[in-house]
Amino acid sequence: MDKIRGKAYVVGDNIDTDQIIPAIHLVYRTDIEEEAKNYGKYAMSGMDPSAVKKTFIEGDRYESDYTIMISGKNFGCGSSREHAPLALDKAGIKAVVAESYARIFYRNSVDGGFLIPYESKDRLIDEIKTGDEIEITGNLLKNITADKEYILGELGDIEGIITAGGIFNYAVQNGFISK
Amino acid sequence: MTIVEKILADRSNKDQVKPGDNIWVDVDILMTHDVCGPGTMGIFKGNFGEDARVWDKGKIVLIPDHYIFTKDKYAMRNIDYVTKFAKEQEIVHFYEPFTDDYKGVCHVALAEEGHNKPGDVLFGTDSHTCTSGAFGQFASGIGNTDAGFIMGTGKLWVRVPESIKFQFEGEFPSYIMGKDVVLQTIKDIGFDGGTYRCMEYGGDAVSGLNMEERMTICNMAIEAGGKCGIIAADEITKKYLEERGVTDYQIHNSDKDAVYHSVHTYDAGKIIPVVAKPYSPGNVEPAENLSHIEVTRSYIGSCTGGKTTDFVAAAKILKGEKVKIETFIVPATRNVERNFEKIRIGGETLKEIFENAGCKIGPPSCAACLGGPEDTFGRTHADEVVISTTNRNFHGRMGSMDSKVYLASPYTAAASALTGKITDPRKYIKKIEVEIDG
Repeated sequence: MDKIRGKAYVVGDNIDTDQIIPAIHLVYRTDIEEEAKNYGKYAMSGMDPSAVKKTFIEGDRYESDYTIMISGKNFGCGSSREHAPLALDKAGIKAVVAESYARIFYRNSVDGGFLIPYESKDRLIDEIKTGDEIEITGNLLKNITADKEYILGELGDIEGIITAGGIFNYAVQNGFISK
Repeated sequence: MTIVEKILADRSNKDQVKPGDNIWVDVDILMTHDVCGPGTMGIFKGNFGEDARVWDKGKIVLIPDHYIFTKDKYAMRNIDYVTKFAKEQEIVHFYEPFTDDYKGVCHVALAEEGHNKPGDVLFGTDSHTCTSGAFGQFASGIGNTDAGFIMGTGKLWVRVPESIKFQFEGEFPSYIMGKDVVLQTIKDIGFDGGTYRCMEYGGDAVSGLNMEERMTICNMAIEAGGKCGIIAADEITKKYLEERGVTDYQIHNSDKDAVYHSVHTYDAGKIIPVVAKPYSPGNVEPAENLSHIEVTRSYIGSCTGGKTTDFVAAAKILKGEKVKIETFIVPATRNVERNFEKIRIGGETLKEIFENAGCKIGPPSCAACLGGPEDTFGRTHADEVVISTTNRNFHGRMGSMDSKVYLASPYTAAASALTGKITDPRKYIKKIEVEIDG
């Protein structure tokens, strides 16, 4: 797995798919780049404004300054909309580190090849601050800003699908389908 | 083995499977709709080629339902896209909007049209696909990529879930609906207590429920994070299927020595009406504790709360009364809408009862359950406080970020419509116990 480095964006527990990308924005085509970038623009726009300390995306931009999302429990709960991991991907998020995930979001992230969903036993939302510089290598997370290290859960069975870049490439590589 | 383990073993050609196993299963039905259909079809074509054919044109069920009655140009583009695809691929079960084939909300239409079968594996690009578990089948929501993969191969990898058993002994009181039952269990295991797990419902009280009430319970398994909900098929299931000409299926029951993650046993007679407060379906309290909460709108509709049983319940409470707050009625399907004119209580049709009470009746679709385009029927635009029979009350779910949604049964939503405050339906117990005509 390649090294991932960038700024952290810290959110709370139970971040649902309506917060990640509200239903009103599900109308853009994902296969036309000019339209698909709107998913980046509106990523995390469903967050309760009173709970947001720093805006995820400033102004009219389509990409965020943040690369790694740090969350508590049950990240991605709610809808099956694959637009949720896609929106984070378009916004520039490479990995989410959460205490736990909702099943469909986790699956969509991996099978669609959008981002890496790491699990952490530590409650990192109490340890890491939005804007901290983070580096993930294998299952080691370094908070460079605070000079601290944490061990993340192993990716296990899904690592092959992530490395392949999604379920289609994985299936081709393993002879399930031909291309 | 549990029911789900037996189905997944059967569909992966194995003698047995156990929770945690990663297996490839053969899919019986793939369901998709207007929101996720275009993405799924794009992924299918992108990976299998522009001229590729779907794995089985008779096993894909295409039911546009989310954004139908709107002028939104993107919503209409989605409908054009799926229509073109359905025709090009000769999809057998395509329920085309703006024609006589249009049905309405996918999960309810699947049941009504005989697409749900005990023992089947059904995947759908909608998290509430778990609704179909009410028929003793494995039914689960997936994303566009997984659906595109199935479209080309008819297969998908699945991690076998462990099961949580909810056993309801005795009989539910007359004022209790499927919605109260499922909200209570979500509260008990927590908003993420069902994650990666199957939620299996059983016991005499559950066996006493009709198929629509069972669907309400399975519909909300995802609201506890569940991979699926399931209720063993029985005589009531068989009768429902027989009425739709469905006879070829296999009924599985959990073994007596099946291993569960946990078992929760309830005295059904002690269940009371409950409400989920903003902003989580797991934030559940007895309705009687919330009588101080003022509501500005009542909304009765959706896959979980817009079936015929739901409107019969609402009509019993609303009959001969006037609503105090604006009240939206959205039948899930055209079949439900037709029942508005067929079913009578005390000489009046459901439609007459709703109209005389001052309700606004919309066309069958998902409508404002998930917000939708600005012109969506029943969508919130300001700081509305809604008592709703839908299944999610996330921030901004029904449209406006400033509105609040409380989830409840049709009895509670109708009772609250009459008072303007959250109202325990036991206040109207005499109305609840009235029989419908004929």
